Amino acid sequence: MRFEEVRFEKDSEKAIHNKPLQKALVNVTDRFRSARNKASSEVSNWEELRSEAREIKKNTIENLDKYLIMLEENVKKAGGKVHWAKDASEASQIIVKIANDRNVKSVVKSKSMATEEIELNSSFEDAGISVVETDLGEYIIQLAGEHPSHIIAPAIHKTKEDISKLFSEKLGIPHYDKPEELTKVAREGLRSEFLNADMGVSGANFAVAETGTIVIVENEGNARLTTTVPKIHVALVGIEKLIPKYEDLSLFLTVLARSATGQKSSTYVSFITGPKRASDVDGPEEFHLVLLDNGRSGILASEETRESLYCIRCGACLNNCPVYRHVGGHSYGWAYSGPIGAIITPQLMGIDKAPELPFASSLCGACHDVCPVKIDFPKVLLELRKNVVESKKFHIKNTKDLIEKLGIKFWRFTVEYESIYKLTNKLSYYLQLPWKRSNGKLNSLPYPFSRWTDQRDFPAIAKKTFRERWKEIKHQTG
Amino acid sequence: MNQDNSANPPIKAYIFITCLVDTFFPEVGESMLKVLNDLGVEVDFIEEQTCCGQPAFNSGYQDDARAVAERFISIFEKAINNDTNTETYIISPSGSCTSMVKVFYEELFKNYPDTLKKVSHIKNNTYEFSEFLVNVLNVEDVGAKYEGVITYHDSCHLLRELRVKDGPRQLIKSVKGVRFKEMELHDACCGFGGTFSIKFPNVSVSMLDEKIECIVNSGADTVVSADMGCLMNIGGALSRRNIPIKVMHLAQLLASRG
Repeated sequence: MRFEEVRFEKDSEKAIHNKPLQKALVNVTDRFRSARNKASSEVSNWEELRSEAREIKKNTIENLDKYLIMLEENVKKAGGKVHWAKDASEASQIIVKIANDRNVKSVVKSKSMATEEIELNSSFEDAGISVVETDLGEYIIQLAGEHPSHIIAPAIHKTKEDISKLFSEKLGIPHYDKPEELTKVAREGLRSEFLNADMGVSGANFAVAETGTIVIVENEGNARLTTTVPKIHVALVGIEKLIPKYEDLSLFLTVLARSATGQKSSTYVSFITGPKRASDVDGPEEFHLVLLDNGRSGILASEETRESLYCIRCGACLNNCPVYRHVGGHSYGWAYSGPIGAIITPQLMGIDKAPELPFASSLCGACHDVCPVKIDFPKVLLELRKNVVESKKFHIKNTKDLIEKLGIKFWRFTVEYESIYKLTNKLSYYLQLPWKRSNGKLNSLPYPFSRWTDQRDFPAIAKKTFRERWKEIKHQTG
Repeated sequence: MNQDNSANPPIKAYIFITCLVDTFFPEVGESMLKVLNDLGVEVDFIEEQTCCGQPAFNSGYQDDARAVAERFISIFEKAINNDTNTETYIISPSGSCTSMVKVFYEELFKNYPDTLKKVSHIKNNTYEFSEFLVNVLNVEDVGAKYEGVITYHDSCHLLRELRVKDGPRQLIKSVKGVRFKEMELHDACCGFGGTFSIKFPNVSVSMLDEKIECIVNSGADTVVSADMGCLMNIGGALSRRNIPIKVMHLAQLLASRG
């Protein structure tokens, strides 16, 4: 199933009216948030760790060319193959070709946002190759034919009841009520998939330049099976996932686990350097690393928003975002949701494909406060908003944009001259009177203000503004 | 009342009255004026001032924002420069507009070195009202009296851009007759976000619904905050739903005498 266009306002409305989803979102964000708060408060130098992680990422991204070459050399040294993919379709073609060349019929996958981004499953299906997601959450949404709604918890929009019904329909089993029973069903089904698979596809949380190691963090053990049982392992990794040194990992694994789930460490952390070696008892015979650009080098070129590439995909910004909490992941229309989706989707896809997203934030800054690499989300959002406005400067497509632009120009005209500002306030005072209610408020106004008054009262303009009162006060006190 | 800070050296405050306060809530400006006067601060209001430029900046219209902000900067810079004999401040009853000046002007003018110089000059003298009382005047009890149960909504910019959290609470708790009740999710955004509230009204109101629920559940009869943007959003929902909870700017509470 492929993504459709990004329609934040429309899709967020659907989400808001979906009661079970609302309940699930509150539960999951509350749970993750308190876990993260507790886990970060246990580390006395947490703020220093965040600063240090940011510095390392900053240095890595600013020297990405050097580190990417280092990574490539070291992966090759370890016996792996490296492929470079400039965009989503090239990445899919490379991976499907690796599969076709080796007569691969079935693929198992561990959770990877990069593969969601390039819609790899659809490409496998188009090529007649069966692909099974092995992360429980991903398995659920694959059965449902949906996209993940959270970076680290892809199926959080589904209730236990939804899953029970889904499993029963798709797998032809009785309705099970208990999560343990449902998990057992998935587990048993997946075991045989692992054993039969010809190829395993994973992402990576980190790629270490100096050793050529990819690191995968997970809690279910499915990624370890995906990367070790089949004969071929393909890892799709965004070029921003690099860290220079092996010793940096202790810092990043700490801030990632604590920020994401509030764990001290994830249950499984796999370090994979090349394919199986001669002395190894098991492991894949081939290891392919596919390095994905897909718009990342464009972000790298933008000094103002470059820090978007520091992200380590912990999901803390989603869990702390009041907007995400109310609209869920699907409203963001693509693989990435929440504040990180709002900043990287328009940059990776092109700003004209997702012009609403930089505005899909109240700029409250809660994301900035929890980000383990201190991405300054409000700053990046404001920069992207500027880019959206500039991109529409000569291409106003609809009345909404036109009204907004005229509104801003009118506002500027009034506030640039005190006399006009005063006159506008005076005129508005009289103009509002037909809408003024007995409680002194306005309860219905024409568009665009109706977007406020449909659900909230609007304050009335005061008969005497502060500046008028000031004059009187000054006059009285001499 | 603490009068220790009155004069010597004389403290002068140029009040920066936000457009919302000027146009819709002048009583908030008057309350701030009264509190400052009572503390012995000499207050002046420069009538040329209009807006700091935030609405355009947050909407992505940076050229328009810069034009308006330039105007704001030159007005206040001139005032501060002319006052060399006194300790001079710019005080605003809004965490959001204050952070526009103190935090975001540097962003807006990053490629304009001349204006940037002026910005760094005025931003060090600019304070949000509660921050000024607590951190500059060292006052927590202004001698106010109010009978009621109060809960406090942390406005996002005051909390996260200016890092003001405890001061407003101390000021509220020092008001005689007040019982303070912290609400759940007190630091969650109310859904205002400036133009966000009309760009995505349903998302905004969904966030607001949860905030209202927290306010109601706190058992408070009055909700206080330091930004009229949030309070106009919260107040708009309370009155639409006929929920009898009063909405008050911190300055209004501190100006209450019974």
